[in-house]
Amino acid sequence: MNYHWNWGIFFEPNPMGTGNYLDLLLSGLVLTLETGVLAWIIALITGSVVGVMRTLPSKGANWFGFAYVEFFRNMPLLVQLFLWFFVLPELLPKAAGLWLKQLPNAPFWTASIGIGFFMSARVAVQLQAGISSLPRGQKMAATALGLTTVQGYRYILLPMAFRIILPPLTSEFLNTIKNTAVAITIGLLELTGEARSMQEFSFQVFEAFTAATVLYLLVNAVVVTAMRFLERWVAIPGYITGK
Amino acid sequence: MLANFDFDVIRRALPYLFYEGMTFTLMLTGLAALGGLVFGTAIALMRLSGYKTLGRIAGVYVDFMRSLPLVLVIFWFYFLVPYIGQWLTGASRPISVGAFASSLITFIMFEAAYFSEIMRAGIQSISRGQPAAASALGLTYAQTMRYVVLPQAFRNMLPVLITQTIVLFQDTSLVYVLSITDFLGAASKVAQRDGRLVEMYLFAAVVYFTISCIASFGVRRLQARIAIIR
Repeated sequence: MNYHWNWGIFFEPNPMGTGNYLDLLLSGLVLTLETGVLAWIIALITGSVVGVMRTLPSKGANWFGFAYVEFFRNMPLLVQLFLWFFVLPELLPKAAGLWLKQLPNAPFWTASIGIGFFMSARVAVQLQAGISSLPRGQKMAATALGLTTVQGYRYILLPMAFRIILPPLTSEFLNTIKNTAVAITIGLLELTGEARSMQEFSFQVFEAFTAATVLYLLVNAVVVTAMRFLERWVAIPGYITGK
Repeated sequence: MLANFDFDVIRRALPYLFYEGMTFTLMLTGLAALGGLVFGTAIALMRLSGYKTLGRIAGVYVDFMRSLPLVLVIFWFYFLVPYIGQWLTGASRPISVGAFASSLITFIMFEAAYFSEIMRAGIQSISRGQPAAASALGLTYAQTMRYVVLPQAFRNMLPVLITQTIVLFQDTSLVYVLSITDFLGAASKVAQRDGRLVEMYLFAAVVYFTISCIASFGVRRLQARIAIIR
């Protein structure tokens, strides 16, 4: 391979004048994590509400949950980001659209919200599966104790369901972080974006992408380890995973 | 709001969108699903084989692919494939591989990791008695896999495999980052040329949504039909 390797490139000053190339990548990493975490908060809250709606004894709520999930699951994430970023400001009243377009950090907010809603459909499906995997007796026992539906969910069904679906939720969290890379298309300079611009400035393709790869692997390792601890901490006594 | 919505832009772009864009998208989806299935099955067999090293290599590959964002993998292969081609052919400079070949290799390699996990689950869902009975009949390991285990594993996993293909169909839109004219790429080129972002992106969304919806509806019907009553 007649490629000119130069691993020292990371310590050469970047053309932005913000330190060296490594600083560029690390600022991308920070943005990746910020976008990922904000998107995850949105996904978790919205997804939980929709997931619960899909298990409620109300036809209307079931139907809404079904439609919500199908809507957000059957469009590519990239198309959804384009809809949020390019189409939404045009469909709003003029003043609101203008305000949206001039928002500072628009790509960051768009990406977080877009990825958040995209992932919320997946969270909803997981939570629905978690709730319906509980024995029917749990809901009946809650009713027998005189708990209202809200109390039943709040004190019995949700604490159980969330603990059961913790492992798949971990993968969804990792997917959320990985999906932030799609935001490169609306100009968000997260980790992949910074690796791409480093490659364009320095022509060191493989060094730039290797560094980004290593950083993604590190993030993965940290998240997986942290979740292992969390899983052990919240394990349900009496279940296979519990003490 | 929708008062100056220009349907004519969409109508004029239809041949370009579908003949160029959608053909590319569907070809990429189909071939990548096929290639991903073949490689994925091979990786699944490696992981389940008795040779520890082989299993470990397959495991590392799957974990590696699954921890990277697809966009980064697309960039990796886009820049790497010319060098691999040069190395394989012994050419003096990196050979240029077309957009289609480069994105096809990317998606086959990437999807193989996902398909392999599905096939692994499928193979593990076959009861122990089946390979035991196959050995009792005198079938070799290869024959057991080919005639007994894999057909059943494939059948059990068919709905999941198709669901993954729907995800793949949506993910091919990410070749946008290489300025390739897939369906979304075509829509976006028209959108930028005519300054009609709203129409083109909404139309692209509707088309992706309709196709994926019909496909997932089909999966649900299929699931009900092929369910084996045990």
